[in-house]
Amino acid sequence: MNKNFGRFGGQYVPEALMYPLKELEAAFDKYSKDEDFIKEYRYYLKEYVGRETPLYLAQRLTETLKGAKIYLKREDLNHTGAHKINNVLGQILLAKRMGKKKVIAETGAGQHGVATATGAALFGMECTVFMGEEDVQRQQLNVFRMELLGAKVVTVTSGTSTLKDATNEAIREWVRTVEDTFYVIGSVVGPHPYPTMVRDFQRVIGDETRRQILEKEGRLPDKIIACVGGGSNAMGIFYPFVEDLKVDLIGIEAAGLGVESGKHAVVLNKAAGGTLGVLHGMKTMLLTDENGNIIPAHSISAGLDYPGVGPEHAYLQDVKRATYEMITDQEALDGFEMLSKIEGIIPALESSHAIAYAMKIAPTMKPEEIIVINLSGRGDKDTHTVMDYFRDGKTGLEKLNK
Amino acid sequence: MNRIEATFMKLKKEGKKAHISFLTAGDPSIDQSFELVKALIEGGSDIVEIGVPYSDPLADGPVIQAASTRALASGVTVEQVFELAARCRTATDIPMLFLMYANTLMVYGVERFIARCSMVGIDGLIIPDIPYEEREGILPYMKKYGVEMIPLVAPTSKDRVPLITSECNGFVYCVSSLGVTGRTSEFANDIEDYIKDVKSQTSLPVAIGFGITDYEDVKRLESVADGVIVGSAIVKEIERSNGDAATLKTFVSKLFFG
Repeated sequence: MNKNFGRFGGQYVPEALMYPLKELEAAFDKYSKDEDFIKEYRYYLKEYVGRETPLYLAQRLTETLKGAKIYLKREDLNHTGAHKINNVLGQILLAKRMGKKKVIAETGAGQHGVATATGAALFGMECTVFMGEEDVQRQQLNVFRMELLGAKVVTVTSGTSTLKDATNEAIREWVRTVEDTFYVIGSVVGPHPYPTMVRDFQRVIGDETRRQILEKEGRLPDKIIACVGGGSNAMGIFYPFVEDLKVDLIGIEAAGLGVESGKHAVVLNKAAGGTLGVLHGMKTMLLTDENGNIIPAHSISAGLDYPGVGPEHAYLQDVKRATYEMITDQEALDGFEMLSKIEGIIPALESSHAIAYAMKIAPTMKPEEIIVINLSGRGDKDTHTVMDYFRDGKTGLEKLNK
Repeated sequence: MNRIEATFMKLKKEGKKAHISFLTAGDPSIDQSFELVKALIEGGSDIVEIGVPYSDPLADGPVIQAASTRALASGVTVEQVFELAARCRTATDIPMLFLMYANTLMVYGVERFIARCSMVGIDGLIIPDIPYEEREGILPYMKKYGVEMIPLVAPTSKDRVPLITSECNGFVYCVSSLGVTGRTSEFANDIEDYIKDVKSQTSLPVAIGFGITDYEDVKRLESVADGVIVGSAIVKEIERSNGDAATLKTFVSKLFFG
């Protein structure tokens, strides 16, 4: 199995993790070809998660924007409310086959933590979730959900007390407990084989989309748009279309308060200009200062608030197969409101970035052209974050979240 | 012969073990770091490791993480760490190493960083997040500029030791099952077997570094290894005394010699 995507990827981890990663790679290689494993994984995706998710023609959004036809891939309808569960179930089933009794995970806003706690509850495994102190305070509801599901939430106070530090702590914990513990990484990040494995557990999104659009339209879409933090929902929907060069793959990074403000999470788009470096076991594009220290990212959406990106996205940009555009907090909120008001769907703030970008480009396209937006999660979790903003007549953007 | 090899050879002749000490550059300030390195040496260190502060030190325990955070908060730059090393080199001829992370190296530029190490008199690099498999982009430059790669070995390394130590000429840095720096609990009993196993697979000197807090630990570990590495205990003492050099010298001397 190739551990690199061009000049990105690799296994930049302490020596203590090299054997465990090799074991994981061997197990993943074996079971991803094992019929019983695949059958079991598909069973849970269908019966427990509720797949397949619809590819929904957003008629009113299409009419409003007066341009390309817009479809929404409804990952928000999955159990637990986002695409994260697809990957978690795959990894937990793998952990079971490897004889591991415990799982650990990192989480930012708590979505991946909740998904992991859910999977652990389903299979009776012990679960510990690492979460930065700052996130614990602003995401009390998700902390409680995880606890209700039987997980232990560890508050991380090192570094900046956010997702990147929670990830460092999860890696440290894995080093300590590697004999009986499986580390469930939530995105297409980390050391090999994680970026490949998470992509393969998420590609169900793209595989379904491909089948569905061929059924509905008899052809492939012109553009696929997905938000990118670590990049798992985007990688999941992009991957089955990578060879179809006529399909534009567009990842949307969070521009926060604007790249010029310095408060953003843009690492791929050249306007911000990330740096090639190493974080969380992978070589990829990062936000760093000139001394090589990681600069904390900023986005209204916690799921995009990550100072790096999955190595395969960096590669897809390098080989010019995908492009990476930016959407600000403000634009994302406009997308959030628009979809709520005219389609009756409250999207996650993460997914709202993809919607906002579609709002920009759809009017410039022809009616016979097709856009697919990956609606990666539902927005219930974000309503408390944005409530004051909307109630105060859409003011106070800079006070949101952070 | 590099300074590291020469030091281990000389100590072996004298029937002694290597005392290796660590501090984080810039904790509490870069000016104090110079006096503190001198204190480590005067206290009886044979080799000094200088930690290059980094925002995301994932192989370090809480004590050294906190030191890194303090150093960065005091505004320490990579440039200042090089200047510190150069200044220390004018005051001592013992081996000096950097303990650092891959990202610092990559962002600075691999060749540029290693060339600079050679220029300021840094003899070797310990980079916990560069395992054997990721060395190929770095090792050629280390050879070119005569800077040694100090390989890390963990209990899970097992039969990987010959691979890990290949093309290295300094010493082997053994970490505990914890894998991160700082004290562990249950591991103590297995240490002898672990070190014996490592020694059977390499001809390089073997040093152990984890959770050494007092002279008793040093004595016990010296009986099995060629060197002992003390990090967290020293960093804690620096924090406690707010970077007082005289206090540190006494502390280190007691630690290594009773």
